Amino acid sequence: MSESSMLEIFEEKIKREIKIEPREWMPDAYRKTLVRQISQHAHSEIVGMLPEANWIKRAPTMRRKVALLAKVQDEAGHGLYLYSAAETLGTSRKTMIDDLLSGKAKYSSIFNYPTITWADIGAVGWLVDGAAIMNQVMLCRTSYGPYARAMVRICKEESFHQRQGYEIMLTLAQGSQEQKAMAQDALNRWWWPSLMMFGPSDKESKHSAQSMAWKIKRKSNDELRQNFVDATVPQARLIGLSIPDPDLKWNEERGAYDFGDIDWEEFWNVVKGNGPCNKQRLDDRNKAHEEGHWVREAALAFAEKQAKRKAKKDKVA
Amino acid sequence: MNENKDWPLWEIFIRSRAGLNHKHVGSLHAADEDMAIENARDVYTRRNEGISIWVVESKYITASNPEDEESLFDPADNKIYRHPTFYDLPDEVKHM
Repeated sequence: MSESSMLEIFEEKIKREIKIEPREWMPDAYRKTLVRQISQHAHSEIVGMLPEANWIKRAPTMRRKVALLAKVQDEAGHGLYLYSAAETLGTSRKTMIDDLLSGKAKYSSIFNYPTITWADIGAVGWLVDGAAIMNQVMLCRTSYGPYARAMVRICKEESFHQRQGYEIMLTLAQGSQEQKAMAQDALNRWWWPSLMMFGPSDKESKHSAQSMAWKIKRKSNDELRQNFVDATVPQARLIGLSIPDPDLKWNEERGAYDFGDIDWEEFWNVVKGNGPCNKQRLDDRNKAHEEGHWVREAALAFAEKQAKRKAKKDKVA
Repeated sequence: MNENKDWPLWEIFIRSRAGLNHKHVGSLHAADEDMAIENARDVYTRRNEGISIWVVESKYITASNPEDEESLFDPADNKIYRHPTFYDLPDEVKHM
């Protein structure tokens, strides 16, 4: 079959909402876009464990501790679903991990901000997971089958994450003056970075138009960001916290909130590696990888020895 | 160990409850079959999704070629006599 007729079949499938599956023909650029996006998404889940793990041992109660532990374990699982989905496109786990560890691959910049108080764990669950869910709900309908299936699993599991975060904020907001101030401070620091999670505005986003045409994405960055603001502002009001944006205003005509300009200079600065924790996150991942070396080695040596022993036994029998 | 090598890839199948088939849920890396089952437990059944796990090393799966889809499956399209609705029965026969 000629490439042009395969392209025609591919485009027809996209048009008719038929999922693309691993061994089917697809344009190289579609494959490359997916490998980049899915592996970045996987890296974000893995690096995303670090700011939260910071508080597992210091969680204020056992109830909070088991919830946070379960959430961090979920993030590891989500990373694994996504790495597997990316591998169906022909990349290897090792290539992806190497690219993360060398700093070549990107992950969501939000995880380059520090979690300095317990309220940050609330803000991360409520805002960061909330923003991620907006994006991930859309991706449940993405055109590549394995990615869509991974997203469905992830979305089912994520909904508790946001609730546990919001509940932490709610509890603090109803607490002492000091606790309330702590919650407000966390919201102040996490609000703008959370809005940046949706990526550059549609005018600036270089991959957006093609990703929409291929139905990898279904909504633009700005559309998702608007959805997030509209969903989150009332949640903040409900628990008596204020959004740190003097320009935030309900727009009757649009039926949506107008909000202030995002500091894109800060965004690009963190993307380029100059955020508060970029270096720490990569150092921590590299350290964990190096320290796990002997475990990987031992497991493989054990597996090889067991296989040999079994082969010998089978021969005798 | 050769650090240039990933652990083998395994395909994971889960029976979600008694009476249902094992169903493919995804894949993971593990050094051997025992570790594959343990990892599958942690990765794919954190919320009571399963009561039984099958693991198969991915390299042992043979799959049909997507390009053969038409020749393999289209012949079934025009065999409507394989479906019960093809047959005319008197109205008096309520259930058959």
